[in-house]
Amino acid sequence: MAQTYINLLNQAFDESLKDNSKVMLFGLGVGDVGAVFGSTANLQSKYGSERVFEIPLSENAVTGMALGLAMQGFRPVMMHQRADFSFTSAEQIINQIAKTSYMSGDVYKVSLVIRMIVGRGWGQGPTHAQSPHAIFSHVPGLQVVAPATPVDGYYLMKQSIASDKPVVFIEHRWLHQTTEVLIENEQVPELSEAKIMKSGKDLTLISLSYGVIECIKIAEILSEFNLNAEVINLRSIQPWDKSTVLRSVEKTKNAVLLDTGHIEFGLTGEVSSTIYSELFGLLSNPILRFGLPMEPTPSSAALAIDHYPTIEKMLGEIKAHFGFKFDLTKAINIFNAKFPYKSKHKDQPDVGAIGPF
Amino acid sequence: MNPALVNLIKKDFDVRNSRIQMFANLQLIRSVELLISEKYADQIFRCPVHLSIGQEAIAVGVSLNLELEDKVVSTHRSHAHYIAKGGDLFMMLSELIGSPLGCCKGRGGSMHIFDKAVGFMASVPIVGSSLPIATGLALAEKHLNSDNIVVAFIGDAALETGAFYESLNLAALKNLPILIVLEDNGYSTYSNKKVRWPDNKNVRETIEGMGITYYSGSGDDVEDIYTQIGNIISDVRKNKSSLVHLDTFRRYEHCGPSLDDSLGYRKSEEIEFYIKRDPIEILGNKIISSGVISEILLKKLSSQINYYVEDTFISMLRQNENYLKQFEMNK
Repeated sequence: MAQTYINLLNQAFDESLKDNSKVMLFGLGVGDVGAVFGSTANLQSKYGSERVFEIPLSENAVTGMALGLAMQGFRPVMMHQRADFSFTSAEQIINQIAKTSYMSGDVYKVSLVIRMIVGRGWGQGPTHAQSPHAIFSHVPGLQVVAPATPVDGYYLMKQSIASDKPVVFIEHRWLHQTTEVLIENEQVPELSEAKIMKSGKDLTLISLSYGVIECIKIAEILSEFNLNAEVINLRSIQPWDKSTVLRSVEKTKNAVLLDTGHIEFGLTGEVSSTIYSELFGLLSNPILRFGLPMEPTPSSAALAIDHYPTIEKMLGEIKAHFGFKFDLTKAINIFNAKFPYKSKHKDQPDVGAIGPF
Repeated sequence: MNPALVNLIKKDFDVRNSRIQMFANLQLIRSVELLISEKYADQIFRCPVHLSIGQEAIAVGVSLNLELEDKVVSTHRSHAHYIAKGGDLFMMLSELIGSPLGCCKGRGGSMHIFDKAVGFMASVPIVGSSLPIATGLALAEKHLNSDNIVVAFIGDAALETGAFYESLNLAALKNLPILIVLEDNGYSTYSNKKVRWPDNKNVRETIEGMGITYYSGSGDDVEDIYTQIGNIISDVRKNKSSLVHLDTFRRYEHCGPSLDDSLGYRKSEEIEFYIKRDPIEILGNKIISSGVISEILLKKLSSQINYYVEDTFISMLRQNENYLKQFEMNK
């Protein structure tokens, strides 16, 4: 049975709490009626308010508290309903959590997860729509992961909680109502492994989080024109799975990168640089990069249209960049027919969810 | 009490006598700090150092009330706290030279002394940032149903950070077994409290208003501190989050091996006043006048400790010979 991202994440928390008494969940909304978009529903009543609890609005102190708990062998999960809120705790994350194991001469294992939800659309604007995966990936000592599907979220959360290192878990709000079937005994990638979502020989599309869903749609449209794109879901950003990416690009000789963060000094630059260094001379075309421009995300739905790279725009740029011969109008028509927006407006998820987000 | 110290003096002195214990601990810290100060110019201790000279009584008066399993979190000025908690002098000195034999394998240096084995959980040199971690350590003790408490040493400038107030709120909310020891030396680097705190600031009302029990006192007389903490600590073990505010004096510069009286940011009357309240002299005079031991024996105790510190330093250099060779600074 297909389940939503939220339900599967709830199941991942439930199983982690059940399997290990050292697991704790806390954050703003964890114990309230909203239950962090439903993801922590019923867990407080099941496991008690000692292990699953609401916090005072003190993200910095609570993040340090999570570190103190981890130093004593607990496995806390701290949550932020928007990743932007975590910046109030940047000191604890960057100076303390990332470095405690190293500073102590490897005496401490710091097992903790900081879950950060990334907003988009419905006027989220400058301080409720940032995806800070590149910021935290720049800090040695942190692992950064970002699921792209409900099953991804399920396994990545369980693996993050079980990890002996601190993990920043970046979760796109638009994944919440997506659905997928959890198959038992399925082979699961490791925490730091990428996943090939679709194989192809003509072009490699590399992305993370919600961007992977967009890449899959692009690949399906291109396949109508006999262009076979391979889609790589990075899953882990720090460390990132270089060998899977390089193997694919070595085969297709063409790479497109799509980031859910800003374009400069970010994921696309880092991955491109490695591809250029390792596969110098083998590429058929320069790498094409998509991401957010170097301006804060606007609240206005009208302004946001130009801020995010839409599938229509990306199809046009891919055609021009690689000199593909397909008919762009036809491709956009296929896109609209294949993936009709159930929502009235395109600044909200296309799965029938209603705001506010 | 530091186990190495007990072994050192037990032959000649009654280590069960609390004044002897306190004096030996104070002298050990003072002697280590003076050694660091003296050798610093040789560039053996290649990291910033914040010496505890003048502030030893608080570390000792508090820590003699603690069990090995109790946890301590310190600051950039960590040496006194570490030694008083039973820290290993050899490993601390090795850490200060950046050696792999240090308590953090040389990765932390003076400002990041960690030694979980003696319950010295972390030293956090970002002012105020130790307190959130301390709340987590204390919450863990509560979950584990232990009798252990967490002591967080902070300085007066921590009261200017947001982390302080967030942490106090958390501690009171969760009824954590935490004792915050505020070592108020009046200065943040060179800045007097007058330029940092409003004239009408009321620390007691601030702390009590947040639901934390507040105590205050002098940080010079180690016996008074020992007794005061002894009275408080059983309540802390019963999850009564508390803060004890003690006045003290940092004799040396904020960071570095020297006195900085010549800079003039502290008035000479202020310096003279505190020199008269030197914790080692206060306790030494009490020991002699009350006849615990004679002045001669007290001097012998001090010299035994000084020799021990010098010996540990020399053996530390010898055992780190290969490490030091790479800098050609093995003196």
